[in-house]
Formats: sequence, structure tokens, C-alpha cells
Amino acid sequence: METPLTGNIRPDRTPLDLKGYEQKGGYEALRNVLKQMSPADVTENVKRSDLKGRGGAGFPTGSKWSFVPMGDNAPRPKYLVVNADEMEPGTFKDRLLLEGNPHQLIEGAIIAAYAIQADVGYIFLRVEYKEAERRLRKAVSEVYQSGYLGKNILGSGFDFELHLHVSAGRYMCGEETGLLNSLEGKRAIPRAKPPFPQVSGLWGRPTIVNNVETLSCIPHIIRNGADWLKKLSLTADGGTKLYGASGHVNRPGLWELPMGTTLRELIFEHAGGMKPGYQFRGVLPGGASTDFLTEEHLDVQMDYVNVPKVGSRLGTGTMIMLDDQTCPIGMLLNLERFFAQESCGWCTPCREGLPWVANTLQAIEEGNGHPHDLDVLSEHTWKLGPGNTFCALAPGAMEPLQSALKYFRADFERHIEEKRCPWK
Amino acid sequence: MLTDTERQEIESHLAEYPYKRAACIEALKVIQREHGWVSDEHLRDVAALLDMTPDELDNVATFYSLIFRQPVGKHVIYLCDSVSCWIMGYPKIRQHIQERLGIDFGQTTPDGNFTFLPIVCLGDCDHAPVLMIDNDHYNVLDEEKIDHILTAYQEEA
Repeated sequence: METPLTGNIRPDRTPLDLKGYEQKGGYEALRNVLKQMSPADVTENVKRSDLKGRGGAGFPTGSKWSFVPMGDNAPRPKYLVVNADEMEPGTFKDRLLLEGNPHQLIEGAIIAAYAIQADVGYIFLRVEYKEAERRLRKAVSEVYQSGYLGKNILGSGFDFELHLHVSAGRYMCGEETGLLNSLEGKRAIPRAKPPFPQVSGLWGRPTIVNNVETLSCIPHIIRNGADWLKKLSLTADGGTKLYGASGHVNRPGLWELPMGTTLRELIFEHAGGMKPGYQFRGVLPGGASTDFLTEEHLDVQMDYVNVPKVGSRLGTGTMIMLDDQTCPIGMLLNLERFFAQESCGWCTPCREGLPWVANTLQAIEEGNGHPHDLDVLSEHTWKLGPGNTFCALAPGAMEPLQSALKYFRADFERHIEEKRCPWK
Repeated sequence: MLTDTERQEIESHLAEYPYKRAACIEALKVIQREHGWVSDEHLRDVAALLDMTPDELDNVATFYSLIFRQPVGKHVIYLCDSVSCWIMGYPKIRQHIQERLGIDFGQTTPDGNFTFLPIVCLGDCDHAPVLMIDNDHYNVLDEEKIDHILTAYQEEA
């Protein structure tokens, strides 16, 4: 089985330095791109590979790039931003790529920048990823010394500067337009779309924001071809995927596997099933803002097309397990407290609705719930749903709630009837 | 007053952006690294350096959870309270730290050695529960391990 993303990551995550990375074929893809390919060729290859954005939304990467204005009349400078603000609860996949192979990400970023003819790039990194910061700083400086960054890269006439921008907290920075505001030195509040960042992003200039895992795929697409990446997948979404599992499983961890691996295989083979004494009850398949799936969904293929068919999303592909020893209402309360706390406060449904949801859940969990509370919670799932807010934070927060109301309704009712948490 | 070193370090970031204010979060972190927090005086000085008003800069400073606008202890304990850590025993860890240090979230020990804060998912969920102290990351926590870690920070003090 091929593992392009993690194949060169050592078990202890000590990264390859520039020379080591080059010995494994690193920066060959960039050399070929600069020597032989037009920006349009690069975008076309990425389009044909069916690569979809790994930050969670699953937007086709090549299509995203193709919206950037090209040619002599395009507004300049153009920007390429690496979203390395991994903060979705239960998600720990980009950390591996940042710490384990920073050069793979940087090579992908330079190729992406060439495709959209970006002038400047920023790696937007969350401040808590200290080890990733140290390794990226070292890698970027090695790359500058070797001439893969800066003016007239390898004599191609293409100029590109890449800077590391380290943040100072807040989940909202992971949201594409919140990130751009934060990078401009403002609060990380979302922007109305349109205009989309591809046309008017950072400082009003054309900007592409791509996730770490997405960009890490790019050198492999160039080196091995779009068809090769397509064939790594079991389904229509190209490539491999870094899947992860946390919670009471025997082997929590990360695995690079063909896109479309089933939930059952991930949980019961790779994660080794539930720990002795714990029964599987449900799973958030791709981080805190995805709908719960249960036993009946275990045969779903984990990709961007098939998971929505059973009512959830692939999201980040890092699963959080709910077991029978854990109160689903308690878990939901933890999730909604997080979202309420991280709401930037910009739009009313999110700012006012999320604390209301969290407080209602807390009342139920503490034995002070009322049967009417379930209607209040249901009502919020559409009032805070898609189309009613500026960004995806509140709609994402409603995903675990709406699915919990469906699959764990009896647990809600028991809390309310017995006026206590049965798990305490 | 900013020291020469602080000023130089902040100015060294200006070249990375087309507008000065883009460096403001980095500038606040430079101040915080030197002083532990950002005082009103420092806020005014940084704002002046970046052509911002103090209010504009405070608007940014108060948004970001890891910029401190009031003094904190010598060491800051950031305990992850997000979902995977919660499932894997965060409440017990929080209670243990509370009992051992006599402080809850948002509080500082009377000797000024520790401030205790919650933090969102630290991205190490397969090794939950997880915490950070200052810049150092610790995982697979239990009560015994917490005692061991905290003792090291207390002895050093």
C-alpha cells in the first residue's frame, strides 16, 4: 500500500533536513514544474487528480485555484496561505505533517504558489505547535539558502517569498476569512462571501488558502501524475487520507490509508476496536463539527461523497469515539461549550444561540431539564444552520447536536425524567 | 517604554507584511515573552510603533486567548478541556491540579508561580489527556505524572 504523505516520516517524527528530503526525491517536482510546466498545466493536473481540500470542507483543490485571476492584468500581489491552524477538537493530523515532514509541505506550497502565480505566501501556524514552529523555521531558512524561495527561483523567473506567521489562539482563525483578518492584524471575524478570497482575499488581493494535508499531496501529484493519485483512492475522491482515532479504543493514532476506507475497518482494525469494558455507541467521524454516526453506519466509505449520504461529513477524518461508559449529553455539553466559547461574536445567531444551547444542555446534564428543552434544542439546529450565519462555526456546532437528538434521544429523555445524569 | 531589543525584534517582522498592523499580534507576543503580559503602557508603546491607536490594538489584544492583558504567574498551565481529553479523563486531571495547587481556572497561586487556564484542543488527541506548561507539551497524563511534572516546576522556583 502506498503512503506518499507519511512514507518519509520517521516513527519518532524527526524530520528529514533539506539534503535528506532531496535524497528521497524531494524538490524534484518543483524543479520539473519550473522547467517544464505552465501554471495552467499544474492546476489542470491537480484538477484531474480529484484532490479535495483536506481542511474539512472537501472543496476540489484544482477548481479553487482556477478561480484566481491570471495573466498580466491580474491584481498583484497575489497570496498563497497555508492553513496550519489545526484546532478542530479531536484533530491531530496536520501536526504530524508539520513536525514530520516540513519540506513536503513547503514544496507543495511553492508549487501551488507557482500555479496561481502568487508573489508572497504565509504559513499561518497556531502558536501552541511549538515543535512544528521550530522545524518550519529551520526548513524555510534551508529552502531560502538553496534557492527554492526568493527571487528568480532556479532561474525560472518566478519570484516567491514565504513567511511563517504564528498566531495567538482562537478557533476562528481556522475559518478561511477569519484567518485572513487575523493575518492582517485584526480580530478573526469572518467576511461575507462573495467576494471569495480567490478574487479578493488578503488585503483585497487574490488569495488561496489551503490546508497542510492538501498542500502536502501536491508534490506527489506532480511527481507521479494525476491518474496515480486518483488510483490510490477506493472511491471518486482522489488520494490517500490521514485518518485518526481518539477516545477509548485500543490503539488511538493516525493512519495514512486509501481514501474511502470504511469506518468499520478504521475503528475495528486500525484502531484495534474498543478497549475491554467499553462498548461502541457512536463516533464523530471527522472532528467536533460533524454529525454522529452509529453502529448502522459502520460500512460507510470515509470520503467526501459517501459520508454525507448517511448524514454526516468526512470533515478532518479524525474520529472521536463515544463509548457506553461516557454520557452522550455530557459529551455534547463539552462540544457546545467549546463552540459557544469560540464564537467570535460577530453574528447574532451564533453569539446568542450557542450559549443558550450549552446552558440548556448543562441544565439537562445536571438534572434540571424540562421536556420542552428538547424542542428548544431542535429549534436551534435550524436557526443556527447553514444560511443563517456568516461562517460555518455555528452550523458545524449544530451537526453533533442534531444527530445526538436523533440517535441518543432516549438518553436525553432519561436525564429529564430521572432528573439526574444516569452516568454519575 | 520598549527596550531597544524589543523594538528591534518587532521591527524585524515589519518587512514580512505590506502593512505595519499585520505585525501587531507578533509584537504583542514579543512583549509578553519579556514581561509575561501586556500592560496598558506597553500596549500604547506598541500601538505607536505600528501606527495604530491604543484602542485598535486593544481590540485585537483582547480577542486572542493567548495574549494576556493582566499579569499571570511565572508558569502558565494550559489544560486541554476539549472533547477527546474530556472523554479520556480531563475532569480528574483538573481536580487533581486544583487540589494540589489550590487554584482553579483563571487563578494564580499566592506565590505567583502558577496560573491555571483551560485551552482548546492541543492536537495530540491520541495521547489524551494533554496539557502544556509555558512552551512544553505533556501527554498521557494521570495524577502521578502530574505530580511529577509540577514538582519539577516547583523545585526550579
